[in-house]
Amino acid sequence: MSPRDLMGAALRGLTANKLRSLLTVLGVSIGVGAVIVLVAVGNGSGKAVQDRLEAMGTNLLTVSTTGGGGGFVRGQAGPANQQYSLTLDDAAALADKNLAPDISSVAPVMTSSGTATNGDTSYTVNQVIGTTPAYLPATNTPVQIGRSFTQADVDTSQRVILLGQTAATELFTRPASAVGQTIKLGAVDFTVLGVLASKDSTGFNDPNATAIVPITTLRATQAGYGALNQIVVQAAGQDRVDTAQAEVTQLLTARHQVPADETSPFRITNSAQILQTSQDTAATFTALLATVAAISLVVGGIGVTNIMLVTVTERTREIGIRKALGARRRTILGQFLIEATLLSLIGGAVGVGAALIVTRFQLAGVHPVLVPSSIGLALGVSAAVGLFFGSMPAHRAAGLRPIDALRHE
Amino acid sequence: MAAESLIEIREVTKTYGQGETAVHALRGVSLRVEAGEYVAVMGSSGSGKSTLMNILGCLDVPSRGEYWLDGSDVARLSEDQQALVRGRKIGFIFQSFNLIPRTTALANVELPLTYAHLRRGERRKRANRALELVGLADRTGHRPNELSGGQQQRVAIARALATGPRILLADEPTGNLDAHSTAEVLGMFDDLHADGRTIIVITHEHDVAARARRLVQVSDGRIVSDEVTR
Repeated sequence: MSPRDLMGAALRGLTANKLRSLLTVLGVSIGVGAVIVLVAVGNGSGKAVQDRLEAMGTNLLTVSTTGGGGGFVRGQAGPANQQYSLTLDDAAALADKNLAPDISSVAPVMTSSGTATNGDTSYTVNQVIGTTPAYLPATNTPVQIGRSFTQADVDTSQRVILLGQTAATELFTRPASAVGQTIKLGAVDFTVLGVLASKDSTGFNDPNATAIVPITTLRATQAGYGALNQIVVQAAGQDRVDTAQAEVTQLLTARHQVPADETSPFRITNSAQILQTSQDTAATFTALLATVAAISLVVGGIGVTNIMLVTVTERTREIGIRKALGARRRTILGQFLIEATLLSLIGGAVGVGAALIVTRFQLAGVHPVLVPSSIGLALGVSAAVGLFFGSMPAHRAAGLRPIDALRHE
Repeated sequence: MAAESLIEIREVTKTYGQGETAVHALRGVSLRVEAGEYVAVMGSSGSGKSTLMNILGCLDVPSRGEYWLDGSDVARLSEDQQALVRGRKIGFIFQSFNLIPRTTALANVELPLTYAHLRRGERRKRANRALELVGLADRTGHRPNELSGGQQQRVAIARALATGPRILLADEPTGNLDAHSTAEVLGMFDDLHADGRTIIVITHEHDVAARARRLVQVSDGRIVSDEVTR
């Protein structure tokens, strides 16, 4: 019997009971669809986290002192903590290529808050950041309109300011009209040099409600000459983040003469580590979803076995007739195996189709991202399900003695 | 063995079950059928005539004894070789027609040709010719449930003839047919016999048996008489 004839016989067998075939197909397609969709959802949520973290800046190390409870409290440190306060000299030392070859740029950060006013409009800026121009590329904060300030502006304490999207909108309604204008921050006039590009939120704070000024200006006008809140360090490459972190620790420990038996007073946040951790979490999440989906695929496969067993029992007499007419064992085996495989392959194809449609929509707040290999895998598994779960009923059919099959009522 | 015999069975027994509950369907049957014979096997129900037919048709294997079919020992054939013998040398006609449901008359007749690995075109040609022979050329596209009993049995005969087998085995072929259809079917058997085909009919009806040239009577698993009637 040629493959084409076998296929024809199998198709006739399937269409003989359309509703039953349809329901079996449905079982498999739900399994296959679930695998693809859930993997895509897991993948999509992982991607979303990754994108948000990348928006924070990659290869980034944020150095702060643990003394005084975090980097956002201004330098009210007592004498014991003062020893470990971060200074501009620390920043300069970290930027030294000879001392720390794996660091590409360093930006000292001081933060303050204040009320900005433009004529009658006033807006409380939660985060006024005093830093150097290196801060912007390191933290992935491009200037959208206008320009950034320069190192010369920092050196000469120019009263210039970059506004975040929210701040610019609040003060000028149209962010574009802000550039070149003068605003007051506290009692001091600042010229708006540029407006920062909008950023996705990475936490509870609105990252667009900021203003950035040269660090020297901030110290002179707002924050005083206390300790730095943070030093932002960018590693020279993704694979050099860990060495850069070691260099930072070593340099700061030496500069501040931290005793060897003391835990490091410096907290270094490694963006790559956070990224890695969240990617691991996402991978676990995806694996969990895929497992749940795989279970439904197995259930679908058992459905195929069930239906094939019923079919074989129901068509025992037909099998007997076929054998009497000269059908060989492997012909019968082939026909029922093809039937089972067709059921699950059609189910697989329907499942893939449904999954392709479903993953176009946002699911549970996540944009699913299709994993091409999951489609291949799901289709392959569904074919294997047909062969595996169909083989038992098919063997049972093929092994029937013709006379027993013919006598079956 | 006698090389000229188409069918020869020697001391064949068939026992179902074991020990106390064993049923002896055949208790030592020997029979020779030459090519071109028209034999009727008669017996009451439970006499073992159906078991005999199943063994002759390679649908069942004897518990003991030999079966030589067209010069080869059936007991030595593998399952697949037996399937081949059924497909090539024997055409079956059953009391309940045994057509494949939901499948057209043409596809039913084509089926044994498919198993004999014939090409599609050749299959179609032969199947159409066989259906023409039984007078159903205009019913090729009909499914079994759209045909009368007589027509279904004619489709079954066409199917049995399609591969051009040397032997036709008919098990109560007219058991489910009315008088008119019975006459038609028996007329066809006469024609086939005239063409030189070997026909073995199992029946319990005397008028069916009377059409054959030789009558074998079976009772309680043994052949009780074997005579040439015409």
